[in-house]
Amino acid sequence: MFAAENGLKGDPRLEAISQAIRVVPHFPKKGIMFQDITTLLLDHKAFQDTVDIFVDRYRNMDISVVAGIEARGFMFGPSIALAIGAKFVPLRKPKKLPGKVICEEYELEYGTDCLEMQVDAVQPGDRALIVDDLVATGGTLSAAIRLLERMGAQVVECGCVVGLPEVKGQCRLNGKPVYILVEPREIDNCRHDISSEFLNVQCSG
Amino acid sequence: MIRTPSLLRRPFFSSSSSPPPPSSSCILPPPSLLRPHLISTPISLRCSAADSRSPPNREMATADNQQDPRLAGIASAIRVIPDFPKAGIMFQDITTLLLDVKAFRDTIDLFVDRYKDKGISVVAGIEARGFIFGPPIALAIGAKFVPLRKPKKLPGEVISEEYSLEYGTDKIEMHVGAVQAGERALIVDDLIATGGTLNAAIRLLERVGVEVHECACLMELPELKGRDRLGDKPLFVLVQSSVDAHDYH
Repeated sequence: MFAAENGLKGDPRLEAISQAIRVVPHFPKKGIMFQDITTLLLDHKAFQDTVDIFVDRYRNMDISVVAGIEARGFMFGPSIALAIGAKFVPLRKPKKLPGKVICEEYELEYGTDCLEMQVDAVQPGDRALIVDDLVATGGTLSAAIRLLERMGAQVVECGCVVGLPEVKGQCRLNGKPVYILVEPREIDNCRHDISSEFLNVQCSG
Repeated sequence: MIRTPSLLRRPFFSSSSSPPPPSSSCILPPPSLLRPHLISTPISLRCSAADSRSPPNREMATADNQQDPRLAGIASAIRVIPDFPKAGIMFQDITTLLLDVKAFRDTIDLFVDRYKDKGISVVAGIEARGFIFGPPIALAIGAKFVPLRKPKKLPGEVISEEYSLEYGTDKIEMHVGAVQAGERALIVDDLIATGGTLNAAIRLLERVGVEVHECACLMELPELKGRDRLGDKPLFVLVQSSVDAHDYH
């Protein structure tokens, strides 16, 4: 679901957040219009507003854990966790986390990758928010949901700064709602054909 | 000046355990019982050429020579994992601190208290654990956050700085245009070991005319002498820890 359609219609903060995100054409490869949130992090007000919008939404939902996906989820998740009084759990690429971990595989365009979580990070009864900068195919978020559920946590929602408007209304991943602040932007005068790879994605159910 | 006695926090061992043998082995205490030393903090280590290398517990502390009561909770929230990522390394795992809401908040508050009125306009965080601590600090002190990343992660134009590893080299990168000459920066990472990455970060920022005010880490491994690689840049850490398994007894 998009913030503008869920209580924040016309909120000027959303337009400023959208404009603060830089679009880098053909990164990491041709056809992909990369939504670069690092420029948002340079805009203190827009960055603060981003965190505040998530905090306002989640502060009264009894969230006990915020899980952030490496590495850009680390840039947003901890500030949200601190403000709502939740613990922060990093979800990482393989072999980065010490101690005992569980792993969930997810699909890439070619091949698979793995997302890991420490086994003692969450307990049954924990209510979790998963945070990442952007949702595209939903593959990584789905793996994150499965990791948390395997350890008995209840995933309340996924929160992303940028997400695709493929499905108007509620977009769900593994049955979980996804809350998105802004849509991706395109460069208007890009002379190259924009391949559908990045834009033509599904929200997996 | 009143010198606060060093507070040495030793991990708690059950009466049935004996001190670990000299070589790393499976009878080391379980990771949950290993904690870093809390020596005397906050420790502000000014690294100018004129400084002598005095032992940590005699370093000049900041204006309040009292130990901040929040530091005990922070030190005890960090766990040590032996033999990760490889045999012989005592890994300082801050993920347990992130699970302790009060300790995590206190960590950020300690840095924010120190840096909030210092005219710092940019906080640079080193991938990836620097991304966890840097942004909350940046937001609280009104600074922008700049991620310093491994190669090929940042889109668009970057500058990079190479640094030495034990075997070979690595690089960190920063976006062109993220910072401007004349800005004042704080560099944040979870831990300083050899200081190689922090040194590269300092060089990256200075190359574009930024003044590096200080490097801030949760933890230092003083035996690795990382602070010696920071040139004249000061280092501020909350806790120090030994790399040596022998010290955990």
